[in-house]
Amino acid sequence: MKAVCWMGTEKMTVENVPDPKILNPRDAIVRITSTCICGSDLHLYNGLMPTMEQGDIMGHEFMGEVVEIGAGVDREKLKVGDRVVVPFTIACGRCFFCQQQLWSCCDNSNPNYWIAEKLMGYSPSGLFGYTHMLGGYAGGQAQYARVPFADVGPLRIPAGIPDEQVVFLSDIFPTGYMGAENCNIKPGDTVAIWGCGPVGQFAIRSAFLLGAERVIAIDRFAYRLQMAEQAGAEIINYEEVDDVVQLLKDMTGNIGPDACMDAVGMEAHYSGPMWAIDKTKQVLKMQPDRPGVLRQAIMACRKGGTVSVPGVYGGFIDKMPMGAYVNKGLTMKTGQTHMMRYMKPLLELIQGGKIDPSFVVSHRVPIDKAPEMYKVFRDKKDHCSKVVLDPWANGAAA
Amino acid sequence: MSEAARIHLRNAKGRHYRAAAAFRWGALITGGALALIGLSKRSKSGVAIATAGGLLSYAGAKAGTRQRELIARSSILLNCTPEEAYTFWSKFENLPLFMRHLESVTLLSDTRSRWTAIGPLGRRVIWDAEIAFDRKDDVIAWRSLPDSEIYVDGIVKFRNAPANRGTIISVVVVYQPPAGAIGGALAKILGKDPSFMMRQDLRRLKALIETGEIPTVEGQSHGPRSSVAAFARILNPDDPIKGEGNLTDIANARRRAS
Repeated sequence: MKAVCWMGTEKMTVENVPDPKILNPRDAIVRITSTCICGSDLHLYNGLMPTMEQGDIMGHEFMGEVVEIGAGVDREKLKVGDRVVVPFTIACGRCFFCQQQLWSCCDNSNPNYWIAEKLMGYSPSGLFGYTHMLGGYAGGQAQYARVPFADVGPLRIPAGIPDEQVVFLSDIFPTGYMGAENCNIKPGDTVAIWGCGPVGQFAIRSAFLLGAERVIAIDRFAYRLQMAEQAGAEIINYEEVDDVVQLLKDMTGNIGPDACMDAVGMEAHYSGPMWAIDKTKQVLKMQPDRPGVLRQAIMACRKGGTVSVPGVYGGFIDKMPMGAYVNKGLTMKTGQTHMMRYMKPLLELIQGGKIDPSFVVSHRVPIDKAPEMYKVFRDKKDHCSKVVLDPWANGAAA
Repeated sequence: MSEAARIHLRNAKGRHYRAAAAFRWGALITGGALALIGLSKRSKSGVAIATAGGLLSYAGAKAGTRQRELIARSSILLNCTPEEAYTFWSKFENLPLFMRHLESVTLLSDTRSRWTAIGPLGRRVIWDAEIAFDRKDDVIAWRSLPDSEIYVDGIVKFRNAPANRGTIISVVVVYQPPAGAIGGALAKILGKDPSFMMRQDLRRLKALIETGEIPTVEGQSHGPRSSVAAFARILNPDDPIKGEGNLTDIANARRRAS
């Protein structure tokens, strides 16, 4: 089958690899009909997440049809022929954490638990196509994928809804939604959201759905800010203002947003001496993460407010404004998305016409174009907001 | 003196290997751990284990220096009852399902079993063991037979976790390898950190009991690997080299690279 492989920093290729096999009793094989490039894949493209290995198959946002299931899969929950969206987190459904609905903290799905344990004390769940530290599972930017614990994660999708409306249930819609839920929104709240990529876009819309009165969206790309504006957000282009934190204070009567969300993560852009220091440290591998947005979010948040972090961080950060965090009595909520909590309710929102996630798609291309699309997406060229890959289209003809 | 205490005293006293300070600390620590496990039990068997632990600590402290020991110690929370965990563990044939260094355990009688560990290049270490102490749903202790080439004592304890979260099992296994080839092979099999290997084994046990399978990515599809990655895999502390499988991987990767 065709698969997008990570062959080194900024080096993706489409390779012909063997079709996946069932390896464990609760596995299923899915024939993929739609798959996407996620913003978090760009951290891998840029070579910033440790424990990638040459030849790893990329991708964690995919859907398709079940073509084979293992002997241990609960037939009531999944059978051959089902059309499913596969969540990017892998969860066993039986451990303490799964039973607490903390699906992305599953204790049993990461075969390389010990690597993550060294870095984080304990390991979160395994993920598709996202470093060996987080499981080393082959990803879904391919024609087929093996899905472990297939009777827990995959969500059955009724016929009649196009792929484009539901494929984002695999990651970014639930991730944006959980980011908004983590803002602890009360009716009338003001929420500031850094980052208007796909997760930020879903977070903006989710914040309004959860009762926020004002959402202030921060980015530097006009086309992304435009999308935010269309959803009803007020916008700040941070390259056009001197001081984002001061502006947020001015916009809120010097009280600050009730919640601040970092939907950017480890590769934030900002200015000033801290930018130079963080960038240098990152290049020298002294600090995997550039935490400029997180610092701003903590500084801007009102006293007693909430900082929500759906953005991805990989390791350690310097100059964390802990004094501000403590003395203002802030709460921080984070985590990889507990996918199985959100997929079904959000599917119902889509079916009820409350939201159509396909607004975020900017590019639809055959899988053979994936390597160049990584670059386009990374460099924000061609108004790129979301790339959907068709694993079966003929690349040469497109 | 209880049976459990005798095992440990035998091991503590009965041999005259080259001096190694590690033994003393090993015995002190293991003995201390056993004593704690025993004391937490508040019953006759608990007293026996605590006594054994205390005696081992004492022997360790008194012996001064002796043969080095390899000690593997870990614990894990299982989402099941102590009965289920005990039932699974008490069938020693199950242990190789999650203990990677074991190739097989076969029963010779109700209380005796033959254990085979496998190491680099398929080198095997074999010993016979007997059950030293067994209390249903609570504790199992085993030891190698007196004429074995190596000495292995193990104890596993099952207790209810707070808040109905299942069962916490605690395991201590003490290996006393002899000098020479067999001892060297055993040391290689157990690696630099036997407790790390035990932790990994218990994690596999947890997955097996809770989900019915052990998570894996072995055998999945991937693009061309580099020889660097193959070397990295051979250094993976969780995946000791068995047979010649990994060496073939490396040879293939090298061929591709050249």
